Amino acid sequence: MSDIVAFNSVAEEAAPKAQAQRVLAGPRGAKPRRALSGRNIMIYGTLVVVALYYLLPLYVMVMTSLKGMPEIRLGNIFAPPVEITFEPWVKAWASACTGLNCDGLSRGFWNSVRITVPSTLVSIAIASVNGYALANWRFKGAELFFTILIVGAFIPYQVMIYPIVIVLREMGIYGTLTGLIIVHTIFGMPILTLLFRNYFAGLPEELFKAARVDGAGFWTIYFKIMLPMSLPIFVVAMILQVTGIWNDFLFGVVFTRPEYYPMTVQLNNIVNSVQGVKEYNVNMAATILTGAVPLFVYFVSGRLFVRGIAAGAVKG
Amino acid sequence: MKLRSFAAMLATAVALPLGAASAADLEVTHWWTSGGEAAAVAELAKAFDATGNHWVDGAIAGSGGTARPIMISRITGGDPMGATQFNHGRQAEELVQAGLMRDLTDVATREKWKDIVKPASLLDSCTIDGKIYCAPVNIHSWQWLWLSNAAFKTAGVDVPKNWDEFVAAAPALEKAGIVPLAVGGQPWQAAGAFDVLMVAIAGKDTFQKVFGDKDEDVAAGPEIAKVFKAADDARRMSKGTNVQDWNQATNMVITGKAGGQIMGDWAQGEFALAGQKAGTDYTCLPGLGVNEIISTGGDAFYFPLLKDEEKSKAQEALASTLLDPKTQVAFNLKKGSLPVRGDVDLAAANDCMKKGLDILAKGNVIQGTDQLLSADSQKQKEDLFSEFFANPSITPEDAQKRFADIIANAE
Amino acid sequence: MAGHTQSSGRPNQWLRNLNAKIASVPMILTAVVIFLGGTIWTVVYSFTNSKLLPRLTFVGFDQYERLWDAPRWLVSVQNLAIYGIFSLIFSLVIGFVLAALMDQKIRFENTFRTIMLYPFALSFIVTGLVWQWLLNPEFGIQSVVRSLGWETFTFDPLYNADIVIYGILIAALWQGTGLVMCLMLAGLRGIDEDIWKAARVDGIPMWKTYIFVIIPMMRGVFITTLVIIASGIVKVYDLVVAQTSGGPGIASEVPAKYVYDYMFQAQNLGQGFAASTMMLITVAIIIVPWAYLEFGGGRKRV
Repeated sequence: MSDIVAFNSVAEEAAPKAQAQRVLAGPRGAKPRRALSGRNIMIYGTLVVVALYYLLPLYVMVMTSLKGMPEIRLGNIFAPPVEITFEPWVKAWASACTGLNCDGLSRGFWNSVRITVPSTLVSIAIASVNGYALANWRFKGAELFFTILIVGAFIPYQVMIYPIVIVLREMGIYGTLTGLIIVHTIFGMPILTLLFRNYFAGLPEELFKAARVDGAGFWTIYFKIMLPMSLPIFVVAMILQVTGIWNDFLFGVVFTRPEYYPMTVQLNNIVNSVQGVKEYNVNMAATILTGAVPLFVYFVSGRLFVRGIAAGAVKG
Repeated sequence: MKLRSFAAMLATAVALPLGAASAADLEVTHWWTSGGEAAAVAELAKAFDATGNHWVDGAIAGSGGTARPIMISRITGGDPMGATQFNHGRQAEELVQAGLMRDLTDVATREKWKDIVKPASLLDSCTIDGKIYCAPVNIHSWQWLWLSNAAFKTAGVDVPKNWDEFVAAAPALEKAGIVPLAVGGQPWQAAGAFDVLMVAIAGKDTFQKVFGDKDEDVAAGPEIAKVFKAADDARRMSKGTNVQDWNQATNMVITGKAGGQIMGDWAQGEFALAGQKAGTDYTCLPGLGVNEIISTGGDAFYFPLLKDEEKSKAQEALASTLLDPKTQVAFNLKKGSLPVRGDVDLAAANDCMKKGLDILAKGNVIQGTDQLLSADSQKQKEDLFSEFFANPSITPEDAQKRFADIIANAE
Repeated sequence: MAGHTQSSGRPNQWLRNLNAKIASVPMILTAVVIFLGGTIWTVVYSFTNSKLLPRLTFVGFDQYERLWDAPRWLVSVQNLAIYGIFSLIFSLVIGFVLAALMDQKIRFENTFRTIMLYPFALSFIVTGLVWQWLLNPEFGIQSVVRSLGWETFTFDPLYNADIVIYGILIAALWQGTGLVMCLMLAGLRGIDEDIWKAARVDGIPMWKTYIFVIIPMMRGVFITTLVIIASGIVKVYDLVVAQTSGGPGIASEVPAKYVYDYMFQAQNLGQGFAASTMMLITVAIIIVPWAYLEFGGGRKRV
């Protein structure tokens, strides 16, 4: 119980609502700023160096994936390819082998989509309603359950595999897509519920009160008032879930059967099936291909991500 | 010989219509993903598809340690595959006791497995309470030292004929910038190498006493102390191996970057794939050239109990396909392992495989540690030896003490 | 309850909040059946000798005695402590400094932010793989520096048992600091500008303003961040598997890996459960005092 109070207190310490607006808008107005160029050089210098550190692995991955194996064996990993080849990409996508299946990552791609899309939608739908109930319709005992949920965020997944195998078996949905969606929903729930709860708690109370006075009920308020105001937090939740579910390997392989194996399983298979020499170029191409979807989602909606985080996480 | 295999053919012919009548897709999980292994699995799949059924490949890369948890979760979770690879022995014991696995006694009796499977211990480790639960497909022996002829030539020394000569040649190799002994970073490799040293140095009886009878006094005694001494040599010689996977370590031997490797006969598949010839490009020393004894571990297929009748029939078809003489030859040649039946003709076998077949025929065999120890004790042993091989500050004496403890608590 | 007063009706009227209760059923089921149920189940079975399949043959504290005698477990715990402390400190410091730099109304903020955050979109398997490669002495940074003429340069953290855990830390920070930076940046954006104005009027140097004024005001952000980082630290597994598989030897083993290996590879559920129970206790040790402080300490209301 006391955990919850702690979370509440965090929420209450959050910046007042007026500032939430600023958060949503990004930097604005006069900041302490001197136009000394020396200072700017320092700031940009540091940022550029830092950016290089973050970019280095990506650079190496891309460069390596464009080289042939002989060049890799000779050379310097930072050197750009002398002869650009797209062979590794083609191989990683279409013909790398795991056991007898030589169709690369391609067969996992649609599986990943089939897993990620419904899992993301279901987990967000459930967590947002949970968060809304916790923030605006608090009932006795709700906080206790929420506490347990948050502590659950700390439990290593490996520990929970066995009990979940048993629960899913008893429900008769072990090995099905439904089972996997439920598993993703369960493990996404702590953080998502926390984010949604904090976000809804931060919306102006008057809106909610006015709707109540007008006689609107639980669902009406959720759909008519809360949802339209919640784009940033839904974007955050979407990014977190797409990233997390797309990148998941453990659940994908333990809770499904091979016809549903996600792309990460193929990635693991490609990276770990060494046939003779490690084909670093194919590994790197496979790695980039697997990461492409979350990266894309990320680049497209990254701006909203920070705003959403600002609105949802800061208070949590 | 001819007559026996003819009888076996007949038996398969009897089984075939059964399979053909009930064509079904059967998912088969295994962890054979290296080059040689994948080629061998393809032979099994081809033979099974020929029965009119369809082999759905469920390969999971990253060795048995990654794959087994997934297979076990699937079986206990109530969504079993059609068939799955395990090593012979105790890995599937409890699944059988829990009634999750299918009894193959009918198939085995019909096809006279008891008569054709050699050595008989293979079928024994498939047998629980008098019933047969798995189909052994090959015999893998651990007790081999693979040497790169090129590496020794570079170092200017003769290719050793036994372990002691190899240890003596180590400084010359090191001087030439060659790692004398390649030991990959995965824990089972270090533990396996130790078991091999034990058979070679302390002999068959001591091995049986330690792992079979779990005699902790022997484990703490002077014979095993000698083995630890040798393991200490091996540790020194393996310094500089910066690879994880066994086949990357094998690759170091193939390319002459390492002098040798203690590894099971599956390493042969990699040599074959690289186009190397036994005798000219590489040398193999069974029992490290000291004690020519091999263990008869290996792989077996287990069949989870399925409700679907069609699939159950397909399981029977697969079980008989696996032991079919033709499949046995095709599979084992690619895999570099020995067939489980004594009546097949391996004319195409290379020198190393022939050495293995000879030893097998002489009956100089022991059971593998997978058959003798529980997975739990095996894991503890792996922890100990992977630490021992990576950390020179652990003395052989300390390691032996810990080893004796593990044996004392083993089941 | 420290309350937040939404007009949610009176809780004593059972039916009045029925919709909210129905909506919370998934959460309640997850909390009770999975997290609480699973935890209790795990703790109970940690006192049994379950092997491959769970069975209720109690053996007292045997599994725990064995656990604390196992050198690998001790190494794992020690590694987690080192990794945890450094990961916390570096993530917070680096994250905050970067956020402060980003908050200087710089140009190309979006670009920089994307660059810092993109590793977060990659899986640990990918991160582990790339860094394993960069840190490989034969191909990676070491060989490149050597080929530039500095022959004795040594940088092989993943192959040196004494420092391998720091090699893993490098990759973990690469992946995680971007998110921390974002959280901190969001926090900084939440600070009222009047505070900066006041500080400037008083002539307080900028670094002092940050340390004595701004950071204390960002307590909420720090706590969120701490929770996110800490829960990630306890769970660290994939990264180790992808980079070193626990090697060299057992030098980079972590508790979550011990749990997994013993449960599934060694087929000794009892031992795995005992180890996970110890991890759960660690989690409790982290969370409970924090909750207690939050509850007991006088916190200021905004």
